[in-house]
Amino acid sequence: LNSIELSDKEIDDLYEKLNKDAKDSGYNLNSDIEFTKQLIKSLLINENRYGYWACPCRLATGIKEEDIDIICPCDYRDPDLDEYGTCFCSLYVSSDVAKGFKDAEPIPERRPPRPERKNLKEMAKKDIVRSSLSYPVWRCKVCGYLCARGNPPELCPICKAKKDRFELFI
Amino acid sequence: MEYEQCVKHVEGDKIADVFLFALSTCVWCRKTKNLLNELGVEYRYVDVDLLEGLAKKEAVDDMEKFDPSGSFPLLVIDRVETVLGFKEAKIRRLLGFE
Repeated sequence: LNSIELSDKEIDDLYEKLNKDAKDSGYNLNSDIEFTKQLIKSLLINENRYGYWACPCRLATGIKEEDIDIICPCDYRDPDLDEYGTCFCSLYVSSDVAKGFKDAEPIPERRPPRPERKNLKEMAKKDIVRSSLSYPVWRCKVCGYLCARGNPPELCPICKAKKDRFELFI
Repeated sequence: MEYEQCVKHVEGDKIADVFLFALSTCVWCRKTKNLLNELGVEYRYVDVDLLEGLAKKEAVDDMEKFDPSGSFPLLVIDRVETVLGFKEAKIRRLLGFE
């Protein structure tokens, strides 16, 4: 699980890409570049291990369906940015933190514990009721973007999250 | 326990029984290890993300006995006191550094 060689260039390239994507969509990466690059290296390690960017600061199962809420950017990033000014890892921070007006501190875990997550999943399945709208409304669980169409888009046009991060909203 | 063979031992002053559940990819876990190294205390740790199968399951089950949130880093002192997350002041205080 540990044997992977990552070049500085791979880490730098992903840093540049994420930094640009963040800025373009109104988010900020942590301005402590050394700290941020450690996290980006961990994302690449997890991509190699699991095939997706499992959150570096949470334990992934390696089963995508179970880890879907913690694929970076995770479902908890935006509420954590709102409440604490940082995501769980502090990869993403609020503009106040990015500008140095406030420090990024460790924050409590918003993700429900294992047994609760299981129950929530069961409940979500039961809750799906077809509405009388002409199109279903899909919600991006990463950024909250809504769209009314037959199926979710391949990529969220706002935050670029993949199709499998959408939920049926109405 | 299956995961015991993956537990790493760091030499230092024997202040207490200090055990850290960590992730190798987590920066806050790394900060916790760096703090313990800086304080020079003896401790043991396991990187749970590097475990597989039964060892991983047993480590998670053990962690949840101390704290049901399942979040990292989890520091357990003398199998009684726990510190969830990188709380530097609390760790220093519990280990007698103030």
